[in-house]
Amino acid sequence: MTLEKPVRRRLDFKNGRVDLSHGAGGRAMGQLIEDVFVAAFDNDWLRAGNDPSAFDVAAGRMVMTTDAYVVSPIFFPGGDIGSLAVNGTINDIAMAGARPLYLSASFVIEEGFPLADLRRIAASMGEAARGAGAPIIAGDTKVVERGKADKVFISTAGVGVAPPGLNLSSDAARPGDVVILSGTIGDHGVAVMSKRENLEFETEIRSDSAALHGLVAQMVATAGLSLRGMRDPTRGGLAATLNELAHQSRVGFSIQEAAIPVRAEVAAACEFLGLDPLNVANEGKLVAIVAPQGAQALLAAMRAHPLGAEAAIIGSAVEDDNRFVEMRTAFGGGRIVDWLAGEQLPRIC
Amino acid sequence: MCLAIPVEVREILPDDMAKVSLDGVIKTVSIALVDDVEVGDYVVLHVGYALAKIDAEEARNTLELLRAVGAAA
Amino acid sequence: MKYVDEYRDGSLAKGVAKEIARQARAERVYRFMEFCGGHTHAISRYGLEDLLPVNVQMIHGPGCPVCVLPMARVDMAIACAMNPRVTLCAYGDLMRVPGSHASSLLKAKAEGADIRMVYSTLDVIRIAEAEPNREVVFFAIGFETTTPPTALAIRTAEKKGLENFTILCNHVMTPPAMRAILDGASDGDEAPVRIEGFVGPAHVSTVIGTRPYEPFARDCAKPVVIAGFEPLDVAQAILMLVRQINEGRAEVENQYVRAVTRDGNAKAQAAIAEIFEMRESFEWRGLGWLPSSALKLRPAFSGYDAEQRFGLKTKPAKDNPACECGAILRGAKKPRECKLFGTLCTPDTPMGSCMVSPEGACAAHWTYGRFRETEAQRVKEVA
Repeated sequence: MTLEKPVRRRLDFKNGRVDLSHGAGGRAMGQLIEDVFVAAFDNDWLRAGNDPSAFDVAAGRMVMTTDAYVVSPIFFPGGDIGSLAVNGTINDIAMAGARPLYLSASFVIEEGFPLADLRRIAASMGEAARGAGAPIIAGDTKVVERGKADKVFISTAGVGVAPPGLNLSSDAARPGDVVILSGTIGDHGVAVMSKRENLEFETEIRSDSAALHGLVAQMVATAGLSLRGMRDPTRGGLAATLNELAHQSRVGFSIQEAAIPVRAEVAAACEFLGLDPLNVANEGKLVAIVAPQGAQALLAAMRAHPLGAEAAIIGSAVEDDNRFVEMRTAFGGGRIVDWLAGEQLPRIC
Repeated sequence: MCLAIPVEVREILPDDMAKVSLDGVIKTVSIALVDDVEVGDYVVLHVGYALAKIDAEEARNTLELLRAVGAAA
Repeated sequence: MKYVDEYRDGSLAKGVAKEIARQARAERVYRFMEFCGGHTHAISRYGLEDLLPVNVQMIHGPGCPVCVLPMARVDMAIACAMNPRVTLCAYGDLMRVPGSHASSLLKAKAEGADIRMVYSTLDVIRIAEAEPNREVVFFAIGFETTTPPTALAIRTAEKKGLENFTILCNHVMTPPAMRAILDGASDGDEAPVRIEGFVGPAHVSTVIGTRPYEPFARDCAKPVVIAGFEPLDVAQAILMLVRQINEGRAEVENQYVRAVTRDGNAKAQAAIAEIFEMRESFEWRGLGWLPSSALKLRPAFSGYDAEQRFGLKTKPAKDNPACECGAILRGAKKPRECKLFGTLCTPDTPMGSCMVSPEGACAAHWTYGRFRETEAQRVKEVA
């Protein structure tokens, strides 16, 4: 005698919502993971269904990173919380000069979150991960009561491998080193704000969220040992990143405002909001510190890559006990670029 | 707080409102405090309200003066 | 950006800077106060002082409505916001202003108060309409630029019959504050600040016109030049002030002719006059109690007064005794002369309002100008 087999109902992606059973560890959760995450991330590890996933360790230096994403709103021009999470994690790995290998993603979902939105986010993550050649091979799912989390929070980890001998660091800048910025600043922060309550702009400004590992690979290949370090200016913007570099390397910086690329619409949006683009988050840009002899070649290599087409030399490191980031304004006078002038915008990344 | 910016009026809306643009970034604001606003005018915008029209002629004059000062120095 | 970029042109700036240096007589020091916080911010953010000769000095004035808000009024707003029925709406600059006991709106929000940052009173009205069960209170601050928007919000609330909308009125006026500085408002001990002329506010003047400044020029023999908001505007205004001093004139001149007229905006003035009346006196941080310097709602509109609706009382609050915001607002001291500056008091941990608002002298100096060794370069003042 054969036992009855329960009909496996498909998830209702049209009207269905995440409920507490989806986080309880039982069959409902299993189905959610199968039909949403495994389907979207689409790789052998997840299909094997193990909690931990194993992989061989590549030769070279291993790099690991972790991040959490709480951006609001979760969908914005140019991306969503999912693509942001994947690209952001890949970029952290890339900043060490490493090739991204594997990612993990855990979700804290609010009861009532639409399944359609969850699927959309998962699809976006799968696409971003495939684009970077770094599959999401492990994850976790929790559901909390309505009101205890704002829609969905995503936490990630990533591992990568850096070529042996490469030693990029934020404390390696020396006076005289050149600062190169890979492109326009302020796009992500303004794109996110453009969708927020009380801040509406009818012209679409898109987030620059992108995976930079390809650009970084070109940079490492070109610059070799003349490349001292790289950093991506996310929360706090270019201002925060330059100040972090200054303090870790124990130098000052001298920057030219006129050299910093900013899109006209982003500049205008910042005028409306009383913000300085220097303080606004970016999700597809990097700052590179390079020894002077390698600067021109590195700039050319960056400009040859689609994600570095607007790369520009914006200044240089100088001796300075105060670790100031000084800027010559386009107007002609000087000012400090300070990282304590924090943006008043919560939940930007 | 004194944040006021010059914006271009793109569309007049009912109830003394208007769509204005700063380099293509559009916002809906109040023009209740300024008379005879027309599409194409530039106004000074502060906390969501237009406070004054920008006089294009005077703006030109100011720039001319600035250029003259620069040339003479 | 039209009407913006042209007035930030570095090449034109060089020309104006040269002319100022040419006209400024080497044997004297010119001390001008830029009254408006927006000008303080522009000067710092563009490094305008680098373009001025060493004997032309700018003193930062109290025209930052956040900076002159006394702690007691901040405490009142926080107390109001802690009422669970209240949704307090405020402009962004107010979120971190310190009240007593290191409190702030931001901290009150963390403790559960419903406090929302807005960019316009239009947003506040929208919130009041959308949430009829909430008591929506607007923390109204600002000089004459910002008062008409509050007045219009009240008119709109009346038209729409909104019963859940009130304001906490802290609107203040520019001419009384300028007069107080010229009359040597001080804490008693110090000598009045020597100011030879004013760079007058840009957008306050679009509302009130240039006429209200004429008594200063006349009675106090101090020139006033109304300047636009961009760095070239300020530079040109400084040049005009230097010329007035050299020629022994004390007049009101208008550099911001593209937006300011002698009579100002009659419609805006009418809106203010309809809704508000003068308070007998009002406490200003740094300037003390000034008579006829601030506004309250007229009796006909007292239904929109949060102070009345919620029975809010001002409890006297003392600033940190080492805080020099008062002296700095008057132009009597520079940020670096405050013992707390840069150590206990930073934009991250502001002790006083000069550090909180981006337009405050201390915040401006910290954020943009700290690298200047101004003391070493400055000409010693002729006593």
